[in-house]
Amino acid sequence: MKPPRFEYHAPSTIDEACALLTSLEDAKVLAGGQSLMPLLNFRLARPAHLVDINRVAGLDRIYERDGGVGVQALARQAAVEDSELVARVCPLLSDALRLVAHRVIRNRGTVCGSIAHADPASELPAVLLALGGHVVARSKRGDRKIEAGALFAGVFETSIAPDELVVEAWFPRSPKPSAILEESRRHGDFALAGVVRAGDRLALFGVAPTPVVADAKDPARGLQPSGDLEATPEFRLHLVRVLTEKAFAA
Amino acid sequence: MKVNGFAHPAPSDPRRLLSDHLRHDLGLTGTHVGCEHGVCGCCTILLDGAPVRSCLMLAVQAEGHEVTTIEGLAPEGAPLHAVQQAFHECHGLQCGFCTPGFVMSVVGLLEQHPQPTDEQIDEGIAGNLCRCTGYASIRRAVKRAAVLSAPLTPDSSTPLTPDPSPLRGEGANPPT
Amino acid sequence: MSTRWFGERVQRAEDDRFLRGKGRFTDDIDEGALESVLVRSPYAHARIKSIDVSAARALPGVFAVYTARDLPFGGTDLPILIPHPNLTHGRTQRCLASERVRYMGEAVAFVVAENRAIAEDAAELVEVDYEPLPVVITPEAAERAEHLVHDDVPGNVAAELVQEKGDAAAALASAPRRKHLRFRYERGAANPMEARAVWARWSEHEKKLTVYDSTQSPTSIRGGLAVLFGLPESQVEVIAPDVGGGFGPKIMLFYPDELLVPYAAMQLGRPVKWTEDRQEHFTAVNQERGQVHEVDVGYDDDGRVIALVDDFIHDGGAYTPYGIILPIITAGQVPGPYKVPNYRVRFRDMYTNAIPTSPYRGAGRPHACFVMERTLDTIAADVGIDRAEVRRRNLIQPDEFPYEVGVGWQDGNMVIYDSGDYPKLLETALEKLGPRPAGENVGMGLGMYVEGTGVGPYEGAHVQVLVSGKVVAATGIPNQGQAHATVWAQVVADELGVDVTGVEVTSGDTRRFPWGVGTFASRGAVTAGNAMHVAARMVAEKAKKIAADHLEADPADLELAGGAVRVKGSPQRGMPLGAVAVLSNPVRYAFGGGTEAATQFTPKARPGPPLADGEEPGLEATGYFSPVGSAWASGCHAAWLRVDPKTYRLEILKYVVVHDCGKIINPMVVEGQIEGGVAQGIGGAFYERLAYDSDGQLRNASFMEFLMPYATEIPKIEIEHIETPSPLNPLGVKGVGEAGVIPVGAVIGSGIEDALGIPISEMPLSPLKLYELSTSASTSTSTR
Repeated sequence: MKPPRFEYHAPSTIDEACALLTSLEDAKVLAGGQSLMPLLNFRLARPAHLVDINRVAGLDRIYERDGGVGVQALARQAAVEDSELVARVCPLLSDALRLVAHRVIRNRGTVCGSIAHADPASELPAVLLALGGHVVARSKRGDRKIEAGALFAGVFETSIAPDELVVEAWFPRSPKPSAILEESRRHGDFALAGVVRAGDRLALFGVAPTPVVADAKDPARGLQPSGDLEATPEFRLHLVRVLTEKAFAA
Repeated sequence: MKVNGFAHPAPSDPRRLLSDHLRHDLGLTGTHVGCEHGVCGCCTILLDGAPVRSCLMLAVQAEGHEVTTIEGLAPEGAPLHAVQQAFHECHGLQCGFCTPGFVMSVVGLLEQHPQPTDEQIDEGIAGNLCRCTGYASIRRAVKRAAVLSAPLTPDSSTPLTPDPSPLRGEGANPPT
Repeated sequence: MSTRWFGERVQRAEDDRFLRGKGRFTDDIDEGALESVLVRSPYAHARIKSIDVSAARALPGVFAVYTARDLPFGGTDLPILIPHPNLTHGRTQRCLASERVRYMGEAVAFVVAENRAIAEDAAELVEVDYEPLPVVITPEAAERAEHLVHDDVPGNVAAELVQEKGDAAAALASAPRRKHLRFRYERGAANPMEARAVWARWSEHEKKLTVYDSTQSPTSIRGGLAVLFGLPESQVEVIAPDVGGGFGPKIMLFYPDELLVPYAAMQLGRPVKWTEDRQEHFTAVNQERGQVHEVDVGYDDDGRVIALVDDFIHDGGAYTPYGIILPIITAGQVPGPYKVPNYRVRFRDMYTNAIPTSPYRGAGRPHACFVMERTLDTIAADVGIDRAEVRRRNLIQPDEFPYEVGVGWQDGNMVIYDSGDYPKLLETALEKLGPRPAGENVGMGLGMYVEGTGVGPYEGAHVQVLVSGKVVAATGIPNQGQAHATVWAQVVADELGVDVTGVEVTSGDTRRFPWGVGTFASRGAVTAGNAMHVAARMVAEKAKKIAADHLEADPADLELAGGAVRVKGSPQRGMPLGAVAVLSNPVRYAFGGGTEAATQFTPKARPGPPLADGEEPGLEATGYFSPVGSAWASGCHAAWLRVDPKTYRLEILKYVVVHDCGKIINPMVVEGQIEGGVAQGIGGAFYERLAYDSDGQLRNASFMEFLMPYATEIPKIEIEHIETPSPLNPLGVKGVGEAGVIPVGAVIGSGIEDALGIPISEMPLSPLKLYELSTSASTSTSTR
C-alpha cells in the first residue's frame, strides 16, 4: 500500500510550523510517524498536507522542571526510555515506555506524538493522566497548557486545536508506589486492558474511548468498554479488576 | 542523504517511502518489504546507527541523515559482519526474507546490550517476524553474535574461529 | 559412493547472498517494468451491475486497465487442478470477475501504471456497481444452505465422498462404550514473509515469454501459460527466483495475476510486474483449516478403539481450483498411528463466500490429528486410564508394517504406512518431557501424528561434471528456504566423491530443468533428493566407464573419491573428474580447459568410433524418481504448559518433539523445519485467527490484528530424531516440511484442557475464548 498524494512541508522552526498549521486546511503533523505512517500507507488517513516537524532544531530536550520532567516534541521514545533523569524522577514513565511496541519503533516514535495520537489502548496517555501531567500546545496565538484531564476527548481525539502543535509533555515526579500493568496478546501489542497506578491514583487504558481515572476499590464502575476481536466488554472488565488487584497488592 | 557511505539525492515525490526508494531507486534490494505497517520488521535499516522501519519513513525524511542498509554491513568481497557470520553458523535463516531486518535489529540490540541475557535477546528480537525458523536458531545466532563481537582479550576462552564446517569460499574469520 | 556428507550438519551454501542482502526475490527485479495493482471486490457476494474504468484509464501515468471483456481469455474458467470423480460440482473463477463475485478480494480489474502508487490511485477511480447478495460464511451456514454460493450447486456441496473399512455402523452399535464428539477448526493463513509477486517480459524478436514468479511450481505455471497463450513450452520460461517462504498458498495456481501480468507484458511491449501488499495478501491468497467434524467412536473397557465414524464438512471457499485434496488428506489421516479396525469417513466439501482453500502447511492433517488425539483423550478419561496408556493400547506396532489403513490417499492410491516405530516415539517423548513442573494450573499436552510425505508423480534431476571438475546439478522444483542447494549438494557429493562445496545446485528454473511437479506436501527430499541420487549415480557409473578405458582397469575396481576416479586400493592410479569430463566429449577443436586431451591425435583408449553406439557426450545424466507410494513420517509432541487462571495467558513451560522422517540428510535443516513448523502451529493454536464477520468481511486483514507470534511467544523446543528408513526410495528418506505443525493444535488443546479442566474441542483458542469457555462451563453442564 502506498500513501495517497499530499503536499509536503518541512519547516525548520517552531514558528514556521505554527504558521503552516494556521494557514493550511486539512494538515497533519508528522513527527515519529510510527502511528501516522501506517494510516497513510493503508490510505486510512488522507490529509491534504503533511507538516513534517523533524527538521525543527532544539525540540528534543528531556529536562527537569517544576519537580517533574519535560519531554519535548521530538524526544524519541527510546531516548526517554534510556534517560537517567527520567529513571530518577519519573520511573513510571521509563517502565511504561518498555511496554510501548518494540525498541525499533521507539527509536523513531515520540512521546508527544503518542500522546497527541490518543489511541485509547496506548500507555503514555494513561500515564500522563494518572500522574496528572499536562502538555504545552503552541500556536500563533501563543502557548496553552492543557491538563491531562482536559486533553483526551475521544478515540484518537484530543482538545488540541488544528492550528496547535504539541511542543512538550510534562510528567510530574512519579510517587511510590507506582506501577503499570497491561494484558496484551503479544509482546508489545496494544493492551486489551491496562492500569496505571501512581501512588493512590489509578488510570485505566484500553477500556474506554480515552484513558480514564478510576477508583481502585471499584475500578470497573461506570465503565462501558467496547468489544473487539480479542476482548469482549465483559472480558475487559474482568481484566481491569484482575490488573487493579495486582497493581495495588504490592 | 548518505546511504552506506555514499551520497544520494532524495526522490522528488514526497510520498515515496524510504523502503521503496532504497529498493527501486537505488537498487539496494536487500531491504525487504513485508507489511508496510511497521509490524514485521523486514524493512529495518539503521538511521544514524539506530534501527528503524524504513517503510514508516518518507524517503525525503532521510535527507541529511546516514542510512545503513544490509548491503552496507559488509562491503562487496569483505568478510561477513559478526552478526551475519553468527546467523550463518547457527542456521538463523531459511528463506532469507526476514533476515536483513533481523540482522539490522540485532546490530542495534548488541549496541544496547553487548552481552544480552536471554530475556534481553527475546525483547530485542521481538519486533521482527519470522515464519520459517520459529526463532530458535535466531536466538542462538544472537548469542553467537555477542561472542563474535566481544573484544579480543589475551586469555579469552571463547573461540573466535567459527565452526569448521564448509562455508562457500568466504573467509572464515569474522572482522574484529 | 561415500557417505561423507549424508547425515552431516553441513552449513548452507545459500546463506551468503541472503546475509549480504543480495538475494533475488521477485519484487527485487525491476528492469524497467511497469507496475500494477488488482481491483478487488469489497463484498463477499455480489452481482456486478457495471464496471467503469474510464476515469482510471485517463489518469496520467496509467498504461492500461483491463476488465474481463478486454481479455481474450476473459470468459475462460481457470482450471480445476486436481479433478476427481466425486467432485461433481466443481467450480472455478475466471481471471477477472464480470458478473458475480463470490468472495471478498475476488479480482475485478487490473491496472498497469508507471509505478504502484499511481496504479493504486487509478484503482480507486475504477467504479464498480455492486449489488450485494446474501453471504454464506461458515461451513455450518453452507450446510444449512439458506443461501447458495453458486446458483447451480444444490446445498452448496461441491463434492461428497464416503469411504469405509470394515463395518463401522455394526461395530459401533455393538461396542461396549460409545461417545459422540464434535470438533471445530477455523480457517488459518500461512502468511509467508514474502507476499506473492510476478514479473514478466515478452521478447518480440525471440517470441519468448519470461516470467519470474514467487511460486512453488514453475513447471506448472509454464505449462499453463503455454496452453493459454498458444506457445510452445520451449518459448515459455518460468523461474522461481529466491522465494520468501511458501507454506502452501504459493502452490495454488493460477492466481489471476499469473495470467494477467504475462498478458499485459505481451500487450504493452514492456516488462510488467505485480507485487502484492500484505493487506491484499489477506484477501487474495488461499487459506485453509476450516472443518467441522461429527465423530462417533466405539471402544471397549480397556480403551481400545473398535469403530470410528467421522462425518465432516470442509470449508472449501468460493471455488474449488484445488479439487478435494484437502478433505481427502484429512479423511486418510484421521486414524493416524492407531489401529482403527472399523472406520467410516464421509466428507462434504462445502462452498462458502470466502477465499478458496488450498493447502497450508499440514494440509488437512492438523484437523485429522486433532480429531483422533482429542477422541483418544476422551476415551482415556472415560475408562480411567492415562492419556499415554490409551495411546499405547491403540498404536500400530513396529512389526505390523506395511500397514493398510483402508482408505484412499491423495496420490490416487490407498493409505499404506511403509515403516515406523510409534511406541518408541511415545516413550521417548514422555521420557524427554520429564515430570510435571511444580505449581498450579499446569497441564500436559500430548499429540502423535503420521504424515504421508513424498507424493509423486515424480521429480527429476540433471547432474553434470564440468571440465573444471566443478559439479552442477539442477531440478525442477523450487525452494522457499528448505536449503535445497545444500541438501541436494550433499546427496550428489556423496555419489561423486567430491567436496560438498564443489556442487552447485539450481532449482525452480525451467530453463535449467523443465520437467517436474513442485514443492509441496513434504516431498522435496523424497522425490527430488532421490532423483539427484539417481542422476548422480548415473554420472558416477559413466565416469567409471570412461576412466576404466584410460586407466586400463575394470570399472568394478574403480571408486569415486577425493574428486577423482581411482583404483580401489591404489589411490595414486586415478584421474580427476574434470579430466574424465574432458574425455567424455571427443572434440576436433580444443578450446581450453584441458580439452586438448580429447582431440583426435591423442592416444586412443579403445577401438571404434569416438562416441560409441548409444553413448552421449558429456559427463552428465538426467535421472528421475517416481514413488510407488508415500513415505510415512511420524512423530510425538509433548508439552507442559500453564494457563493463568485469571488472565488466561498461555505459558509453554517445556515443549518436546520426537520425530521420525526416515534417514536424515542434514539434521540442522530438519531441526529448522520442525522448529518453524511448531511455531506456526503455536501461532495457529493460540494467536492467529481469521475474523470473518457475517458479511464475509475479513476484519483483521493486517499484521496489527492478525497476530503472528514473535519470539516472545515461542518457547524453546527440544527435538530428538529417530530413524525408520523408508523402504520405498533408495535414500530411505521421508519428508519433514510439515511435521512441526501437524499435532500442535492437539497438544495445545489437550494441555489447556488438562490445566484448566475445561473441555477443548475447537481451534483456535485465545484468552478471550478460554474466559468464555470457563465462565459458561461454570454456569452450565459440560458439553461432553
